[in-house]
Amino acid sequence: MDYEIVIGLEIHTELKTNSKIFCGCSTKFGSEQNTNVCPVCLGLPGVLPVINEKVVEFAVKAGLALNCEILPFSKFDRKNYYYPDLPKNFQTSQYDLPIAINGHLDIEVNGETKRINITRIHMEEDAGKLVHSGATISSSDSALVDYNRTGVPLLEIVSEPDIRSAEEARAYLEKVKAILEYLDISDCKMEEGSLRCDANISLRPHGQTTLGTKAEIKNLNSFRSVQRGIEYEVIRQEEILDDGGRVIQETRTWDENKGITASMRNKEQAHDYRYLPEPDLVPIVVDPARVEDIRANLPELPDARKQRLMNDHGLSDYDASIITASKAVADYFDQSVQNNGEAKAVANWLMGEVSKHLNSEGITILECPVSPKQLTELLALIEKGTISSKIAKTVFEEMWSSRKDAEVIVKEKGLVQISDSSEIIAIVEGVIASNPQSVADYKAGKDKAIGFLVGQIMKQTKGRANPDMVNTLLRERL
Amino acid sequence: MELFKYTASQLHEKLVTKEVSAVEITKAVLGRVDAVDKDVQAYITRTSESALAQAKTVDEKIERGEKISVLAGIPGALKDNICTKGIKTTCASKILATFVPPYDATVAEKLAAEDAVILGKANMDEFAMGGSTENSGFFPTRNPWNLETVPGGSSGGSAAAVAAGEAIWALGSDTGGSIRQPAAYCGVVGLKPTYGRVSRYGLVAYASSLDQIGPITRDVTDSAHVMNIISGHDAKDSTSINAGVPDYTKSLVNNIKGLKIGLPKEYFVAGMDAEVERAINKAIEQLVALGAEYKEISMPHTEYALSAYYMIAPAEASSNLARYDGVSFGHRVEGNDIIDMYKKTRSEAFGAEVKRRIMLGTYALSSGYYDAYYLKALKVRTLVKQDFDKAFEQVDVLITPTAPTTAFKIGEKANDPLAMYLQDVCTIPVNLSGVPAISLPCGFAGGMPIGMQIIGKTLGEETIIRAAYTFEQNNDYHKGFATLGEVK
Ligand SMILES: [Zn+2]
Repeated sequence: MDYEIVIGLEIHTELKTNSKIFCGCSTKFGSEQNTNVCPVCLGLPGVLPVINEKVVEFAVKAGLALNCEILPFSKFDRKNYYYPDLPKNFQTSQYDLPIAINGHLDIEVNGETKRINITRIHMEEDAGKLVHSGATISSSDSALVDYNRTGVPLLEIVSEPDIRSAEEARAYLEKVKAILEYLDISDCKMEEGSLRCDANISLRPHGQTTLGTKAEIKNLNSFRSVQRGIEYEVIRQEEILDDGGRVIQETRTWDENKGITASMRNKEQAHDYRYLPEPDLVPIVVDPARVEDIRANLPELPDARKQRLMNDHGLSDYDASIITASKAVADYFDQSVQNNGEAKAVANWLMGEVSKHLNSEGITILECPVSPKQLTELLALIEKGTISSKIAKTVFEEMWSSRKDAEVIVKEKGLVQISDSSEIIAIVEGVIASNPQSVADYKAGKDKAIGFLVGQIMKQTKGRANPDMVNTLLRERL
Repeated sequence: MELFKYTASQLHEKLVTKEVSAVEITKAVLGRVDAVDKDVQAYITRTSESALAQAKTVDEKIERGEKISVLAGIPGALKDNICTKGIKTTCASKILATFVPPYDATVAEKLAAEDAVILGKANMDEFAMGGSTENSGFFPTRNPWNLETVPGGSSGGSAAAVAAGEAIWALGSDTGGSIRQPAAYCGVVGLKPTYGRVSRYGLVAYASSLDQIGPITRDVTDSAHVMNIISGHDAKDSTSINAGVPDYTKSLVNNIKGLKIGLPKEYFVAGMDAEVERAINKAIEQLVALGAEYKEISMPHTEYALSAYYMIAPAEASSNLARYDGVSFGHRVEGNDIIDMYKKTRSEAFGAEVKRRIMLGTYALSSGYYDAYYLKALKVRTLVKQDFDKAFEQVDVLITPTAPTTAFKIGEKANDPLAMYLQDVCTIPVNLSGVPAISLPCGFAGGMPIGMQIIGKTLGEETIIRAAYTFEQNNDYHKGFATLGEVK
């Protein structure tokens, strides 16, 4: 049977404040274990939390960028559960009065725009990290706790069950990530855990209005695993339903290596979090004037930037979408254009050579060895006819590894394009003379033969001959 | 008269006039502790050496002609749920028997800044849960007026130490009456400030929305002095009130002409000792004679306050005490796995009353019961607050007994938690509404002190201090000294 897929996402993102949410400890990633800690984040007896105002500001920014209503009065609550990475055995979070509610985000999938509604955004503290003595939890006889991450501020962004496919889920997650990056409030590094995602998935027959029983999938630690995890879970539920079975409401974990989801706990084993209003913190009162001030100072967001790239630089919808999907890529584009790079050429290079090299090395554009200025200088050489587009790729390769400027490389390697007609004519005539069979084939109507002759000319000039001139001069002489 | 029998303000006079030295005072009180603490058992931890060093510093300041504060060189005790850097802070619980905080509570810092001498950490009901100090995980404290009776609780060690001359002043904490009730039982003065008046930073939480630190002293004058030092906004405590601190000693005025006092009839509950009721009535007559206007008023939700408290306080406690799990500090009992370790640690190291309240609170917050219990209790709390708001539209202060009876026999209520809870019936509504109240001696019954509670409006400490001071100046109840059974 063909089912409708219903997905809601819960996105957790670590905010990049300098200090933790309830104490002055640093949030720096990668510090030596248990060095960014104090009595407050260690939950020692007698300590009290104090809200980091920056966290509230960041949460309001996210709320506004995701078209939410900012609640003028919100509060923190304790989510009670026992886990050794949680020193107080409760997580200070927000329950019934979160900072932002009723938002939405428009995504594009297969050329169509779709609105995903956002239920709520709330602030909470992160937990610590367990380091097990063995290779797996079950083979370990002890564990150590690193509390550096305890108390790092988190936002949880909860969507309505409006997502209908794995592709939509991925597009939504990518867009939320882009917005958080544009707001400069999170590093959004899935590999470091600063962006995490849980998916609630259920199926129902088309036309049915009530929701089917859902499973919550955890441990989706990359865009790829979000897509694969959902795809797997959909098939798993389809098979159960097709066999006349019932999906059990449960929490499942995604196993990236095995490519499956596995049960963690069912509804009966589910935590009763016994939420309690946090008595150690006063309610968060956000002045509407402050909200408007933050709104007025929001940076340009992906949609606006995409429009600008289309309007001001004539990029296609597709190109502009790809470039603005990442703030860093869009920044690279803008900087290149500011260096007098021709917009369309910059876009092509960004989506082509640059992206290819970044992917193969597994790095982001922030670590790109070729600067926007260097790229525009390379493009200027093509524009002037100093080098051909084909040679430019060789030069780019060299720029990538040596970090030298394009002009230096072209000079050092003698890659300047041959545009002197007498020089080209001499080579053309030589090639015609030594390849009579190809010439005859061409004259007999075999158009392909000209390709062979051009190839021979390029071979002799090591690709440096101006391709347009070669073509013209060759045809004239045939 | 022996030095340990004086009040802090009297000893301060002796210090600045160089009649005695701080070291002499400290030695006198330490000697008293040596002599009587085997009977009273007020202290869990003693810090005699550092106390003498602190006293010496004060003597040097006096020698150099420096100005010293009223508590400088005056020895006192801190309830053992107030964190002290480098000094064990146990909450009278086996689970924290070895816990040494790496930081000071804000009140401890403030006292240190005034050169107050700290003699040690006072016994209490475990995690401040109880009204007799019998729930201490280590040993019970005895009432210096009669060693067969309880000193009250949960700040029983603090109150007994002050009454017995084992400390000139002390700090306690009050969640449902834990400063005022032991003060009443021990014949001393206990003040619970407005919620938020004194920083809770470093006070090991029992019920965060109710807990408040306050002074236990020999007289109202010392209470005002200690309040001057410990009050004020603290950036480390989000719930502390950001308001200026008046000089409370300016309220030590023997004049209550025109003060409107209210007597809430609902506080005179069934089971109230006739002598307690008589003492309060006599006190009211006396206050009226001194110029106060008296009015009987009604606070109709009083009878529900106790039940609401025993939902709200345990609910918060169940969460506050979750951190005692044996993972990173405190007592640990090894188990087969982490859950087993949690269970064994908490089963072994928490006492019965603490377990009872954790279970009560966990139940009240559980899904399916939350609305019926916890949420309902919060609504009752709002109604109780409204009772106080309405009352204070009519009167300036309310007067009630602090506790329905005088101190009871050790063991008498140990197996009857409900009877024990009823001892807090007059004090609990005050915590639920957050207003300040003071308990001071107003008579004796069978040789045991009776306490009178004066309740004020939010931040109305000055008014209750003035009323209490006036009553005290016109009576001698505070001048008697606990006999410890030495002189019958
Ligand atoms: Zn910290």
